[in-house]
Amino acid sequence: MRFSGLRVLKEGLTGNTGWQAHWRDAAPKSDYDVVIIGGGGHGLSTAYYLARDHGITNVAVLEKGYLGGGNVGRNTTIVRANYFLPGNSEFYSHSLKLWEGLEEDLNYNVMHSQRGQIVLFHSDGQRDAAARRGNAMRNQGDDAELLSVAELKRMVPYLDYEQARFPIYGGLLQRRAGTARHDAVAWGYARGASDRGVDLIQNCEVTGIDIENGRVRGVQTTRGAIRARKLAVVVAGRSSQVAAMAGMRLPIESHVLQAFVTEGLKPCIDHVISFGMGHFYISQSDKGGLVFGGDLDMYASYAARGNLPLAEHVMEAGMTLMPMIGNARVLRSWGGIMDMSPDGSPVIDHAGIDGLYLNCGWCYGGFKAVPGSGNAMAHLIATDRLHPAATGFRLDRFRTGRGLMDEEGTGAQHNLH
Amino acid sequence: MRVAGKGLIDRACPVAFHFDGRAYEGFAGDTLASALLANGVRMVARSFKYHRPRGVMTAGSEEPNALVTLGLGAAQEPNLRATTVELHEGLWARSQNRWPTLGFDLLAANDLLAPFLGAGFYYKTFMWPRAFWERVYEPVIRRAAGLGALSGEAAQDRYERAFAHCDLLVIGGGPAGLMAARAAAEAGADVILAEEDMRLGGRLLAESEEVGGVPAVEWVAEIASELAAMPNVRIMTRMAVTGAYDQGTYGALERLAPDVADRAHAPKGAFWRIVARRTVLAAGALERPVAFAGNDRPGVMMAGAVRAYLNRWGVAPGQSTVVFGNNDSAHRTVADLQKAGVHVAALVDSRHYARCDLDVAFYAGAQVCGTAGRRGLEAVTIATTKGEERIAADCLAVSGGWNPSVHLACHMGARPVWDADRLAFLPPEGAVPGQRAAGAAAGEFSTRACLESGLAEGLRVVAELGLKAPEISVPSAGDAAYDIFPLWQVPGKGRAWLDFQNDVTVKDVQLSARENFRSVEHMKRYTTQGMAPDQGKNSNVNALAVLADATGRGIPETGTTTFRPPYVPVPIAAMGAGAIGKGFAPERLTTSHDESVVRGAPMIEAGLWYRPSYFPRKGESHWRQSCDREVTMVRGCVGVCDVSTLGKIDIQGPDAARFLDFVYTNMFSTLREGRVRYGLMLREDGHVMDDGTCARLGERHYLMTTTTAAAGQVMRHLEFVAQVLRPGWDVRMVSVTEQWAQFAVAGPQARDLLNGLLDAPIDDAGFPFMACGPVRVGGVAGRLFRISFSGEHAYEIAVPARYGAALFRELVARAEAMGGGAYGMEALNVLRIEKGFITHAEIHGRVTAYDIGMQGMMSAKKDFVGKPAASRVGLMDPERERLVGLKPVGAVKELLPGAHLFDESAETVSANDQGYITSACYSPTLGHVIGQAFLRRGPERIGERVRMVDHLRGTETLCEVTGVVQYDADGGRLRG
Amino acid sequence: MRLGCPVCGERDRREFYYQGAAVARPEGDAWGLDWDDYLHNRDNPAGVTRDLWQHEQGCGAWLIVTRDTVSHEVLDVALAAEAGA
Repeated sequence: MRFSGLRVLKEGLTGNTGWQAHWRDAAPKSDYDVVIIGGGGHGLSTAYYLARDHGITNVAVLEKGYLGGGNVGRNTTIVRANYFLPGNSEFYSHSLKLWEGLEEDLNYNVMHSQRGQIVLFHSDGQRDAAARRGNAMRNQGDDAELLSVAELKRMVPYLDYEQARFPIYGGLLQRRAGTARHDAVAWGYARGASDRGVDLIQNCEVTGIDIENGRVRGVQTTRGAIRARKLAVVVAGRSSQVAAMAGMRLPIESHVLQAFVTEGLKPCIDHVISFGMGHFYISQSDKGGLVFGGDLDMYASYAARGNLPLAEHVMEAGMTLMPMIGNARVLRSWGGIMDMSPDGSPVIDHAGIDGLYLNCGWCYGGFKAVPGSGNAMAHLIATDRLHPAATGFRLDRFRTGRGLMDEEGTGAQHNLH
Repeated sequence: MRVAGKGLIDRACPVAFHFDGRAYEGFAGDTLASALLANGVRMVARSFKYHRPRGVMTAGSEEPNALVTLGLGAAQEPNLRATTVELHEGLWARSQNRWPTLGFDLLAANDLLAPFLGAGFYYKTFMWPRAFWERVYEPVIRRAAGLGALSGEAAQDRYERAFAHCDLLVIGGGPAGLMAARAAAEAGADVILAEEDMRLGGRLLAESEEVGGVPAVEWVAEIASELAAMPNVRIMTRMAVTGAYDQGTYGALERLAPDVADRAHAPKGAFWRIVARRTVLAAGALERPVAFAGNDRPGVMMAGAVRAYLNRWGVAPGQSTVVFGNNDSAHRTVADLQKAGVHVAALVDSRHYARCDLDVAFYAGAQVCGTAGRRGLEAVTIATTKGEERIAADCLAVSGGWNPSVHLACHMGARPVWDADRLAFLPPEGAVPGQRAAGAAAGEFSTRACLESGLAEGLRVVAELGLKAPEISVPSAGDAAYDIFPLWQVPGKGRAWLDFQNDVTVKDVQLSARENFRSVEHMKRYTTQGMAPDQGKNSNVNALAVLADATGRGIPETGTTTFRPPYVPVPIAAMGAGAIGKGFAPERLTTSHDESVVRGAPMIEAGLWYRPSYFPRKGESHWRQSCDREVTMVRGCVGVCDVSTLGKIDIQGPDAARFLDFVYTNMFSTLREGRVRYGLMLREDGHVMDDGTCARLGERHYLMTTTTAAAGQVMRHLEFVAQVLRPGWDVRMVSVTEQWAQFAVAGPQARDLLNGLLDAPIDDAGFPFMACGPVRVGGVAGRLFRISFSGEHAYEIAVPARYGAALFRELVARAEAMGGGAYGMEALNVLRIEKGFITHAEIHGRVTAYDIGMQGMMSAKKDFVGKPAASRVGLMDPERERLVGLKPVGAVKELLPGAHLFDESAETVSANDQGYITSACYSPTLGHVIGQAFLRRGPERIGERVRMVDHLRGTETLCEVTGVVQYDADGGRLRG
Repeated sequence: MRLGCPVCGERDRREFYYQGAAVARPEGDAWGLDWDDYLHNRDNPAGVTRDLWQHEQGCGAWLIVTRDTVSHEVLDVALAAEAGA
């Protein structure tokens, strides 16, 4: 069924009885060309692009819970392409371009809103770093502008320019950055993949990976054994557990990242604002809630929930930066499980076992990567070659030291990001 | 309307207030909701999506409808529940989410468009034309969405942060909580009793019943006063426990009574972090509605809320009330209303087997299937076995049963457990360590059972704490069994609301199931069920019962969504209390701070420190003038600069030398006593962590300096190496950054200046370059280091911090007398760029020793932290971007840090990127701009030309690649 | 979250710095698979783990904490200098 305003009108007039399932719930078959473990944003988009770009449709997506129930369903929905290191830069640029055509492509309104992101800086040194970043973005063909304090005051008058502990020197603006409705991204890809013949199998947990003579043969699941010629592990948040089924130890440590939303408010924050000094970022959803977050809680965790010290720190950062939000009230907090890699950048690569492909290590930046990641992953699975926009995401970069992508400069080893 | 003789309000104390500009009067003890109901105000709000008229539905913080805005300007607070706003003199409340007025709201047109605005409609439309989303559709949707508004002005920081510890935290001051608190308190435990409401009693305040043979409120008052008198008990009312966290930690929001908060300088409230060894969750239960057509009309209320308004506030919400329910709460409501003389038009009990001994029109096995009324309820339609019947009523009291408040038992991820008898989710046992539930929160719905359960749980805590159990008996109280028959939705035409705030109806949930959003999480996210300010407290259980029905599953298989903190919304100002302005982070000030400010130096942030940018003199109107003068002063005469912010770590022990050999890339065991050496430190990943000098003060005694930025990180690293990697080595370290004030004295006349000051003069032979040793300044023991970050003949002199201010003043005065003076960060930066020294602009975490040309400092003779990782091929690749100097040679004489470098004729795209500029300045010494940059194969390209391109600032120029050191390359001046 | 420092007693999480999994540093200064493994690869269990923390805002002691990454239960805290990574 094609979605459109006309269709909504017609259904509205006829009692909304004609709407059908957005995707098929499939029962597992015994055999697939490609099995994708993980029905989150990345897994679903991988399936979609396998079908759309490579004509590979004998594909199953296995999800242990419900589709889109991982980090794609609990992030702060920011979409941007403001990376500056080779490897990241071209990938996120590619991903942002896919975002820009996503709604027409999927026939699903994911509410991609290019409202602009402003990254603030607070010293001459930070301005220089922002300039380096912005110039790299421009070299990549993406947009970036350096904003003076006067320009900022016009665009975001509600920041505290006078009293804040770390005075604002300016900001780096990417107008094409913004937000999207996170759940809809998962559903749109699910619908698109399902329509093209991909089997989406929920409540199907993988319990083992069958490997014979160095080659993947299939998986064991809570719904039986499934044979697969190629197997993709796309389970950020649980990567270490699934990889262990293939005898692998990954360069991943799992951490909790909290986020927060306030009660609905009339529009007051029109951009995505990032405040690095306070590890704080904020935007306002179309429903009116202020959506914001901060740094990791900083301890390995699979609890998908955090603790007060970090939550309070995030609120403190908000108060020093934009005290006008003081009377907004936090309605809900939540936590996602982050696949933290040593250098803070992801992996899309062969796993070193024939037929096994890895997609992991998205740290706290996986949402904006959903289109690009699925696109690059599908390319890798279909062609056995790295996607030209994702050649930097090799697994062996840690061993060789080549092409490390430590955007924050905090170190290419664990727990420094 | 008020009912004579009822309620706990103070009728001797009238309170004037305004709602939507109209003046009203209530009484002390009222909430805004009770006062509005008393004044006959039924419509108080509009719903989120359809802008339907809405009235007060509950009597607690779970209120879904009656959200109002209080205050103006910086004090404006949106989305407050009228049911928890304590009435106080001058209260000025406004309705919200309506335009232009509550009565006439243009967006009420949405209600007519409802067939087109069902669950998820926006995912299916607004896709064409593409550019219209940001320009047209989204702005319209955004403006229509949202509830109340922020003022846009900075909120006043009127919250505090507080901490408490206790043996037992009792959450909820109802019958169960009071008994639990009493049991633990009498056993001698340290007890905190937290109650969300303004007074203790919980449900007992809302009912007309007896406990221990006296009216329940008297029993509450008695036990409350007993507890209040005990030194080991803290009773905290207006304290909402918001979240359960690890190891017995709870968050809690306290709001002060309005009259207290209004006092000058008083906070409005506080956010507490409470650490409890044990917790009794006695948070009670919330009554749930029933989904039937038109169940959202003003006048439709929860039955328990109707009793609360009657018994606690002396208010009858209607003149003629129909009561509808599937359990005895309905009967109780009728009894209370009739006893108070309020007319009850009918009692509609969906239980076919129900009996009624009240004198009321009674319909067993019947259901309310519709309502009528424009802005408030006028009539109720009921469906009986004999057909439909219309009954005039302006109030409909509904009870669909009770949901225990299990939230705080589920904050750690556990799911509540379905109880098929009580038709309710109960707290999972043991889901939060140290916590157990009591009373209605545990599914005990009679008063007697609540009292017993509270006592039992209190005594269990007493036993676990190893205390002696006190003798406490349970007072007599009502003990009626809880009889309930399933009723979630009344079938029929018309929209039946589940989530009143987000306008989610039964049809929306059914539609979501049809569209394959069958998982409870999918349904929630697709319909927005439970995502409004009440977080589904009123609606989630009904919604999942509807979903279960639509998907042919049972309620337990359908499951619940996740319970997340906070239990009630918390102002950002409360959780972020104290952070406004400078409160966000500590401010570290040097001993020369005041003197620098007196001299007019702009102080800039350097991490947590403040340092002077430059010292302006008369006639200088631009920072560059001051900076150039200060540079020239140091190169030509002498300058003084506070360098105390650099980290100073005192390292001692028999193994201190080999310890430093291990943490630095270069050797320190070979350093002679009384000498200083520059050292480079790597992270274990082979990249540069920090650099600095390290002085050997004695055979087993070193003093390490770090950069300002990395002082904390280096200290932690050293402790890690000593305690974890080399625990057998005998070495200890302590940060002495704060203990010593240290000043650079730099320039050709540095020694002359010092010799005028030191108790014993120094000379080149006794104090050559890189020497260090003890000195005395005016009788004060200090330390002198002959080191230089300026490239000049220079020293750093250190004295105990208490002498710092005096020494700085003295040094600057003497320097000025010699033609020099103080210099700041700007000049320091120019001096170091001229000399090719690096800062964290260069060692920004991604560079290797090889990148900065210091591969020679990585000793081959010893093991050191980071050595193996630094030897990876990728870290020694000649293609890497490596440090060089730059000078502009094109028409534009400018270098911009952050600009990228390209070959002269290459297209400026990422693939051709050759590097970037890290630092740049105008060098008054050389008379032109200079810079430092990382450039691919940099050191091989000295003398070549590259193009600097800065897209952001629209600047480009041709540069010549130079050596890193651009001034005095042989270092003659250092040794002079 | 709270940790029981063997020196100072039970303290709030704010006082502690978290480093990561407690894994033994290889001997020798030549890069190899053992070093790659030490620096990068992790068991990363969903369950009991041993990790390194420092009581940075307290006594400065480095600690080996045995902890459950799913429940956040703290099972044991020992001085790293005595327990060894």
